[in-house]
Amino acid sequence: MQDIRKHAQGAAGPTLSIRNLTVSFAGRRQLVQAVKNVSLDIWPGEIVGIIGESGSGKTMTALSAIRLLPHKAQVEGTIHLGERDVLSYTEKQMRALRGDRIAMIPQDAMQSLNPSMRIGRQVGEPIELHRKDSASRIKTRVRELLASVKIGDTDQRMQEYPHQFSGGMQQRAMIAMGLALDPELIIADEPTTALDVTVQAEVLRLLREIRDNTGTSIAFITHELGIVAELCDWVYVMNKGEVVEQGCVDQIFNDPQADYTRMLLDATPSIHGPRDEVPNV
Amino acid sequence: MSEPLIDIKNVSKEFGGGLFSRLAPFKAVSDISLSVARNQTMGIVGESGSGKSTLLRMVLRLIQPTSGEITINGQNVWALKGGQLKAFRRQVQPVFQNPASSFNPRHSIQSILTAPLEVHGIGTPAERRDRAVELLERVGLDPAMRHRLPHQFSGGQKQRIAIARAVILGPTVVLADEPTSALDVSVQAQVLKLFSDIKDDLGLTTIFVSHNLAVIRQVSDRVAVMQHGRLVEEGPVDDIFDNPGNDYTRNLIAAVPDPAFARRNRAGTAVHPVSPA
Repeated sequence: MQDIRKHAQGAAGPTLSIRNLTVSFAGRRQLVQAVKNVSLDIWPGEIVGIIGESGSGKTMTALSAIRLLPHKAQVEGTIHLGERDVLSYTEKQMRALRGDRIAMIPQDAMQSLNPSMRIGRQVGEPIELHRKDSASRIKTRVRELLASVKIGDTDQRMQEYPHQFSGGMQQRAMIAMGLALDPELIIADEPTTALDVTVQAEVLRLLREIRDNTGTSIAFITHELGIVAELCDWVYVMNKGEVVEQGCVDQIFNDPQADYTRMLLDATPSIHGPRDEVPNV
Repeated sequence: MSEPLIDIKNVSKEFGGGLFSRLAPFKAVSDISLSVARNQTMGIVGESGSGKSTLLRMVLRLIQPTSGEITINGQNVWALKGGQLKAFRRQVQPVFQNPASSFNPRHSIQSILTAPLEVHGIGTPAERRDRAVELLERVGLDPAMRHRLPHQFSGGQKQRIAIARAVILGPTVVLADEPTSALDVSVQAQVLKLFSDIKDDLGLTTIFVSHNLAVIRQVSDRVAVMQHGRLVEEGPVDDIFDNPGNDYTRNLIAAVPDPAFARRNRAGTAVHPVSPA
């Protein structure tokens, strides 16, 4: 499977490559391993789903790529973003990467947006921080970005504050901010969990469009199998800190190998009624 | 349909818009009529702000309707007084989304479970304890854990305890508001199974509110779809899901990401349809 994937992506290396990652925390009596010996790759232009239930280590794995783990975390293994050895970077070097080469879309946009900063300024902030662009050029870019995430009436919207946006619009603004500097990798951590299904469908469609148009890689963390089925190209299934299975979406859903994946599939209620009634194509 | 047990007639709820308010009242629920037959589960599905929880709370007698009538077993819920009201509180029980916030954090599970019995003056302390033990076993928890506090249980275990508490008085109606939304799918599957089993065993009539269409499909006999406080459509669950008669329902169903999607639509496509830009 790995070979098929590499072949499909051409000769260039993966955008993100994690090898033997272990993240542990010192507990009262022993070391608690939140992530155990995880290896995963995200190739250019790929949407990779990292799926698992709470406590599976999916968020910890993704956060380690952007080095946002709690200070107490002990990290072993290697993480490469392109050629960069992320774990050897200083905090200053990391700050240059975050928001520029790697963007993060969080679960709760309202919590992540600054309530007292206008949307326009906020979406342009990564450009302001990372590039020495003129105010007017930043403004033009922000307009483009908002249009690309389908926020209409941009001049008016740029003047507004986050609370004037609906949940779906806030999440779009976060995505626009993430896109500001054409990152190589977007880490989306359950970005649609707080949204209604119809709004969620729009946001998912948008993410796919962005991938198609910009060729950026997306790591999509979720607990929902349905989203993975519709959005992702490749899937890592995590349980209790370990990757229990990986594969392309067809394989994971049609021919799951790990017991845990099978259990997860069986446990997920389907909108098409009981699972055994789902037509098996 | 047999004689309805729960009958909701032209019920509306407006918030705000009082004598001194400059704003027009907000209609959270407008003119809803629904009835639930004995031993049936009515699923109410809708997005946030659709009024589904407000409707459920009106049936629970927690929010008073602005207009309309709700009857359970022929009795007008909002006209009950004294002993009749107390009997209603025995007969109709809620299960909420977040059990952690509906338990007293400083009470043991045993006292949480026996409290309804005490309030209604049922049994001696020993009998009440036995009943709590029996129900803990019924919901699949070790009765030896009954002296523990709520925070010592996982989310799924807490929801099992909430179900045990809801049925300890032997109710006829259980009203559940998003009882599995906070749970992992594997735990959700167990809690839904428990809910259905208990419902069948005790012959309960239930209303199950959720934003999750797949969950609604699994637990309900009939389903009511709500949007902006209105009833969009109502009918047997398979009819509504397989042949929605309304555009909103169709869109809602189409928007649900479904694991079966991969089986149906992806089979036969290229292994890796991505081309790097």
